[in-house]
Amino acid sequence: MSDVTARPRAIGIPMDRIDGVQKVTGTATYAYEWPLDQPVYLYPVQSTIASGRVTGVDSALAEAEPGVLAVLSHLNAPTLTRPEDPELAVLQSDEVAWRGQFIGAVVAESLETARRAAGLVRVGYESRPPDVVLRADRDDLYSPVHAAVFGTGGGELQDGSPADSVLGDVDTALAASPTMVDATYSTPMYHNNPMEPHTAVVTWLDGELIVRCSTQGASMSQALISGVLGLEPGRVRVISPHVGGAFGSKVYPHSYAVLAAMAARMVRRPVKFSLTRQQMFALVGYRPASIQRIRLAAGRDGRLTALSHEVIEQTAKAKGYAEQVGVCSRMMYAAPHRRTTHRLAPLDVPVPTIMRAPGEAQGMYALESAMDEMALACGLDPVEFRIRNEPEVHPESGLPFSSRRLTDCLREGARRAGWDHRDPVPRSRREGRWLVGTGVAASTYPSPRFPGNAATIRLAPDGHYTVRIAAADLGTGTWTALTQIAADALSVPVGQVEMRIGDTALPAASVAGFSAGINSWGTAIWEAADRLRARLQAEHGGIAPPEGLEVTAELPGGNPDAERYAMHSFGAQFAEVRVDEDTGEVRVTRLLGMFDVGRVINPKTARSQLIGGMTQGISMALYEHSVLDPRFGHVVNQDFAQYHIASAADVHSVEAHWLDEPDPYTNPMGAKGLGEVGITGTAAAIANAVHHATGVRIRELPITLDKLVS
Amino acid sequence: MDLEIELRVDGTEHRLTVDTRTTLLDALREQLGNTSPKKGCDHGQCGACTLLLDGRRVLGCLALAVAHQGADIVTAAGLTDGELHPLQRSFIAHDAFQCGYCTPGQIVSAAGMLEEAANGWPSAVAKDPGATEVVLDDEEIAERMSGNLCRCAAYANIVPAIAEVAHR
Ligand code: FES
Ligand code: FES
Repeated sequence: MSDVTARPRAIGIPMDRIDGVQKVTGTATYAYEWPLDQPVYLYPVQSTIASGRVTGVDSALAEAEPGVLAVLSHLNAPTLTRPEDPELAVLQSDEVAWRGQFIGAVVAESLETARRAAGLVRVGYESRPPDVVLRADRDDLYSPVHAAVFGTGGGELQDGSPADSVLGDVDTALAASPTMVDATYSTPMYHNNPMEPHTAVVTWLDGELIVRCSTQGASMSQALISGVLGLEPGRVRVISPHVGGAFGSKVYPHSYAVLAAMAARMVRRPVKFSLTRQQMFALVGYRPASIQRIRLAAGRDGRLTALSHEVIEQTAKAKGYAEQVGVCSRMMYAAPHRRTTHRLAPLDVPVPTIMRAPGEAQGMYALESAMDEMALACGLDPVEFRIRNEPEVHPESGLPFSSRRLTDCLREGARRAGWDHRDPVPRSRREGRWLVGTGVAASTYPSPRFPGNAATIRLAPDGHYTVRIAAADLGTGTWTALTQIAADALSVPVGQVEMRIGDTALPAASVAGFSAGINSWGTAIWEAADRLRARLQAEHGGIAPPEGLEVTAELPGGNPDAERYAMHSFGAQFAEVRVDEDTGEVRVTRLLGMFDVGRVINPKTARSQLIGGMTQGISMALYEHSVLDPRFGHVVNQDFAQYHIASAADVHSVEAHWLDEPDPYTNPMGAKGLGEVGITGTAAAIANAVHHATGVRIRELPITLDKLVS
Repeated sequence: MDLEIELRVDGTEHRLTVDTRTTLLDALREQLGNTSPKKGCDHGQCGACTLLLDGRRVLGCLALAVAHQGADIVTAAGLTDGELHPLQRSFIAHDAFQCGYCTPGQIVSAAGMLEEAANGWPSAVAKDPGATEVVLDDEEIAERMSGNLCRCAAYANIVPAIAEVAHR
């Protein structure tokens, strides 16, 4: 057990962001904005078929445009060293595996010229009928095998866990139960759509590659890009100090950076490449659609006897991706008989990727909707029903939780939301033409610590500290929170600490993802600070030596306590909705979240992350839906005018609160992850509130008015 | 075709040659090195590129540079005037952003919006569209700011950050 109470001074203070002035003036430099001498511009050519092969490329017209420097296709592209990764193996063959795939590119002196010339490239195809429709009755569903980290890690699902789990005898328990819920929920494709498009600015310098790109992990990008290009990792430098949002889409997808690097090698000039918003719908991942069948059985005492969560999700034929949609059902509630399964439908679609709370975002919508249905079936209040089914230990692994205060979140959230005064009868509250309802759902997300982190701290003779780690700030507040952590770890005021992040010239760091950032980087910094303090005391009597002092801590492993404890963040969300009785229009007038996220490093930035996740949850519940054309295999609503994300007028009261109690095992700070827990359960809380308002249960996201009025 | 134009950007005069296809946004970002306005969609759908053009908020990605010979443009970088604009200070205090990519556009848009409201322009949620005075409550602010998307979804902080300045 770590020393979680030591030296808190900066931790817990709602400091303004260190990069705030740069952000509000627009002077923070995002990847594409790096000043370059004589850059050239790349514009891609994308396939217009979803399946087949390219039979011919006629680039004569494009090459004749003044200012065009090169036209790339599989016919002339440099050979990459890892062609077995179809997403990164850009232009390595004539095969087309999804619509919108890169099949070429134009490099020109100006963006306008590159774009026009790309439209002049004539491509011939031999096309196969696309197979893009996800259905539960497909006969080619398969169980994922070694899909973790796209097959480079162990396990079967993307998070490394097994595809299936079984405990007890679910079918018998279901058959014997007096009360049962058997419902199928579905979620559509969702696109991450960070506001900053994916960009790469690539320069070759003396055989070394400098890539400025928007990434969730400079070290991971370095490994992926150098691997494909056949370079020593040390010969690729990735720089990414500011990232304009990511939400998962800037961890793995890097084909655009590979394409830009190939082009830069061919034309021997710095290349700038930014995807357009439309191109992002085919090239940088998305949350795959899912169909989830949940069956619950309960005894007369309102305790679950069986829980079954069967998941079918889409993946790309080009590359398997298996999201852990049902794993939340392995740890949320107690039940002696339980089963989860995951099956994949291989389609001619773009490669999916992680999107905020991969797995839990969709899984908790289904599970927490089913829990609401079951509470009603049992005649119990949904808050009370959840509390009654709290497990004492992890229901499948048997491990104790490092901390689990879901019950407190439910009770305290209910108190703040005024839940006690609720009439449980659906359609019982009306204000003018609005039907008003409230709903609750639980939230959860794991709190892992990633291996592969190192941090260097240098103490200057003047008493200032520089902390170096290749961490990423996606808007998450990393600059600020790590500064606070370092200050406390060093027992100095924050003004004495300078953070350097976002560059592979710094010590390696794991990605900003899976709510593991602060946990992983903060632990490395804490360790380096401890060692530096010890050395300063032992060797220099606590006084900064004239030559300064530098210490590096490398933490190759993860959290050793993870073998003894299950580590998760929790929360409870309470939604109030209004539904127009005639039109079916839904407004979320209030959303209140109460969270158990361990000790909060910076309440200001933490709150922003939580309300950001919750608001994306509103967006997921009501607005977002990537519509795949069954004939052509592309997303038809591929821009912000048609793919709706929540706007200011869609958001009313959104409140996030937390218990603020340190977790004894997650890390020396006592923090748990809070980047993703906020979006989990939100859609269910809203769907449950819609049911309470109208009596209509929507089991297919998003909850649009057509589903309510029909 | 290339043409020479003059632009005044954040108080500085520039003479530049632009392709007739070049947008104001690309002229600023690629030629003048002013990357304060951001490109989020290039289609007038997100607001990240919002500029004050002769005092009014416009989308830089939908304006062709050649059509704005002699224009006076203000970006978030030019709102500062030595010290931060009250909206900028309020955005920091309320943490009205996360990644910051929509933020310069939000702030410029808010500055333009406050001006519009002060001039009595009604919005879609105006209770009395004929009223000469606009009361900027949260609903009015949210409605008037809905052309500026924030994927980090900081709206619950953006609206109070603007309200604080509006009510001073
Ligand atoms: S970039 Fe101009 S509105 Fe999106
Ligand atoms: S702060 Fe990231 S998009 Fe608004």
